Amino acid sequence: MNITLTVNGQSIARDVEPNVLLADFLRDHLRLTGTHVGCDTTQCGCCIVHLDGKAVKSCTIFAVQADGSSVLTIEGLAAPDGTLHPVQAAFREHHGLQCGFCTPGMVMMGADIVRRIPGADEQTVRHELEGNICRCTGYQGIVEAIVDAASQGARS
Amino acid sequence: MGQFGIGQPVRRKEDVRLLTGKGRYTDDVHLEDQQWAVFVRSPHANAKILSIDTSAALESPGVTHVLTGADLRDGGVKPISADMNFTSREGKPMFKPERRIMPVDFARYMGEPLVLVLAESLEEAKAAAELVALDFEELPCVTATARAAEPDAPVIYSEHGSNVSVHWENRAPDEIDAIIAAAPHKVTVDLVNNRLIVAPMEPRCAVAAYDPADDRITLWSPTQGVRPAQASFAQLLGIPKEKLRVISDDVGGGFGIRSKRYPETAAVAFAARKTGRPVKWRGDRSETFVSDHHGRDQVNHCVMGLDANGRILALRLETIVNVGAYCGDNGPRLPIDGGGRIIPTGYDIEKFYFSVKPVYTNTVPTDTYRGAGRPEANYIMERLMDAAAQECGLTRDEIRRRNLIPLSKLPYRTQMNFVYDSGDFVGVMEETLKAADWDGFQARRAESEKRGLLRGIGIASFVEQAGGRPTEEMRVKLGADGAATVFAGTFSHGQGHETVYAQMVNDYLGVPFERIKFVQGDTDTTPPGGVGTFGSRSSMMGGVAVRRSCGQIILKGKRIAAHLMQANAEDVIFEEGLFRVGVSSVTIEEVARAAADPSKLPEGEKPGLDESNLFEREADLMNFPNGCHIVEVEVDPELGTVQIVKYTAVDDCGVVLNPLLVHGQVYGGVAQGIGQALTEDAVYDESGQLLTGSFMDYGMPRAHHFSHIEAHFDETQPCKTNEIGVKGAGEAGACGAPPAFVSAVCDALKPYGVKHIDMPLTPERVWRAIHSAKPRAA
Repeated sequence: MNITLTVNGQSIARDVEPNVLLADFLRDHLRLTGTHVGCDTTQCGCCIVHLDGKAVKSCTIFAVQADGSSVLTIEGLAAPDGTLHPVQAAFREHHGLQCGFCTPGMVMMGADIVRRIPGADEQTVRHELEGNICRCTGYQGIVEAIVDAASQGARS
Repeated sequence: MGQFGIGQPVRRKEDVRLLTGKGRYTDDVHLEDQQWAVFVRSPHANAKILSIDTSAALESPGVTHVLTGADLRDGGVKPISADMNFTSREGKPMFKPERRIMPVDFARYMGEPLVLVLAESLEEAKAAAELVALDFEELPCVTATARAAEPDAPVIYSEHGSNVSVHWENRAPDEIDAIIAAAPHKVTVDLVNNRLIVAPMEPRCAVAAYDPADDRITLWSPTQGVRPAQASFAQLLGIPKEKLRVISDDVGGGFGIRSKRYPETAAVAFAARKTGRPVKWRGDRSETFVSDHHGRDQVNHCVMGLDANGRILALRLETIVNVGAYCGDNGPRLPIDGGGRIIPTGYDIEKFYFSVKPVYTNTVPTDTYRGAGRPEANYIMERLMDAAAQECGLTRDEIRRRNLIPLSKLPYRTQMNFVYDSGDFVGVMEETLKAADWDGFQARRAESEKRGLLRGIGIASFVEQAGGRPTEEMRVKLGADGAATVFAGTFSHGQGHETVYAQMVNDYLGVPFERIKFVQGDTDTTPPGGVGTFGSRSSMMGGVAVRRSCGQIILKGKRIAAHLMQANAEDVIFEEGLFRVGVSSVTIEEVARAAADPSKLPEGEKPGLDESNLFEREADLMNFPNGCHIVEVEVDPELGTVQIVKYTAVDDCGVVLNPLLVHGQVYGGVAQGIGQALTEDAVYDESGQLLTGSFMDYGMPRAHHFSHIEAHFDETQPCKTNEIGVKGAGEAGACGAPPAFVSAVCDALKPYGVKHIDMPLTPERVWRAIHSAKPRAA
């Protein structure tokens, strides 16, 4: 099937099989390997991207379902001049990542939380991260980073 | 020195790359002309393989090759054999079954790889794998730890006649038994140390390519150190190690299991050479659940005798450890001279008997997992101490105070022949009690009770050992432009070495932090004596080797600086990046530039400032991180749910090189410990099928399972066995958290008379404990 979509601001047209997942389309077809796949049951959240502005698990929709949509991946989150998104910067500040594998999904989810819930508190963020697994950090730095970024959003 | 030196909470160099999607993990490697690999695995736990028919698969569209264990064996691939030999007290050697890479006679666990299918695409390889026809004769199997040791259990390896590999004992039990029998107080605890699935977030994978011109295989794989991987996989493939290049770029978590040998990796490397085309294997999560080594899985029977004052007189421990279907690289070692050797942790006990029976079962092998025997050892001791407190009528802090090794007894030689060089175990506990407001707990309990919740507080005082293998090589090079590069033998897979080693080089040599580069994870550039990162060893082993490399650079730099300043090398002082004699000085940058220019060097001096140091430690001179963790929980008696409401940790990691990163290690260790205690349990059914085969069935801890962890360091006792004073930090949390958490829940359930619940303390188990206990006193 022919699909046309925008990925990180760039228009993309491709012919894909209807059973190709969006995560595999991004990784294997477009070689945008920042989006990771950490499970096969939609549990871990490593593959989260933004589809038309909302966080989705890209392992759980087909690429053809993104036809006509706009996709933002971790590679497109920072400003074109390299300035980190506030959630990316907060992850660095609060040591919200160790091995970095869950990080793209965590950051994309964090950016979604910050957008939806300015001023989100610790409990809210912990609840919102239900669909993201991290094995390294004990979540402490991740939660602190998102709460911090959410508080900046609330102030601005 | 300065804001980027040792001890500063420097933000990580690696982060921007990893935060912007520029990390490079093994699955990101894509080679032109690569074939996709899919493994056909045993569906049975124990079966005789009657036939393997690959003809239909070979004819399937896109298929390039189908390899069986016979192809590997005929191609010179060796079986995996573990380098350990424990004997019984009578001198009977341990039994180690042969582990073939893709066996052709018997499959010994569900998920064991048997056939490798290669095709042009992943989809084609998967479709063809379905067409491989395997005929089995199913055999009786055994999966449960205690059951495997029973005399009437099905025996997996009939040639050995028992599932027990060896009965190891530290001594004869008679004297200990006599002391315990005569002791005024006696406690017995029986424990299950639950089996865990390690699940680093990056699933296991491997990519290999063969270059016929060099007759060399390049293998990309997530490891915890490329040099050991190179040596061990070359040995398995029957080739000299120079003919195998191993590359690990970014690795998505290790936790011990990545440092071990896997049959899939060897098969992929073999296939690339055999077929002459690159091969890529991407393990999915379901595959890693059944084929990654699992962790823990012990049952312990523990008896302790105490005097009238609550002082321990003697200890008797019997452990059965489930090592799975084969002898893993470290499996049976873990409870013996691996982590188990830390027993009796921080307690002053001279008399103890210790017995270990590793048992084979029809499960994937168990091996090193964060702590590697020390969490199990500390869990045993801490559950015993809680039981002893109750038996002797003492508080849980007081029983520990009376038995912990006092600072005045250090250095202290343990019965297992470790020497604790430093550590104020009692002091650290007192600090933690204060930080956690232990004395104010009753008020908090009353407040929770008003809300219908049972509040409990738990404590664990732990000691672990760190340092691992006794050698490590690190190289530090200064270029002509004054920029430095660290070539690491250790291997960072989340720990932040790029940052920490740069802090050290910045501190020792005065090279600006941003001008220090980091290279690791490629046998073409990793120092030959490199080992890797496991056993919380990098701060001590890599750190000392970096320090000494820098020391060698300074020595040579002094000779060059003296030549430049027309002075004697002995008179040159090096401080904060400057070589000084009297009022003259040259910067390290100038010395580096001169070092590259033969005309500026003293006679006989080789050009360059490029020094490598192979640090060799006496094997037993490890370091002994220790600490005390206190947990508070609220239990909902209606639902059996447990919520952590307060977590306080004081850790003695010696000198803290970067508090931000060391805190990260503590939090991560605690989270894995709480995971074990609260949610995680790997369960096989009686037919050997893994019931917890995905994140849907296996309880990975999530953000909401935790509360904020308040962590402090006690830096008053730097390590005395290494010149930077560091102790390992990576595994302490996993030692402290499980016993502290179980202690807290049992404290909450004290009104019901609950003394112990085996991990994980799921709502069901807690609810059952409440409802099977005596009714609450009115």
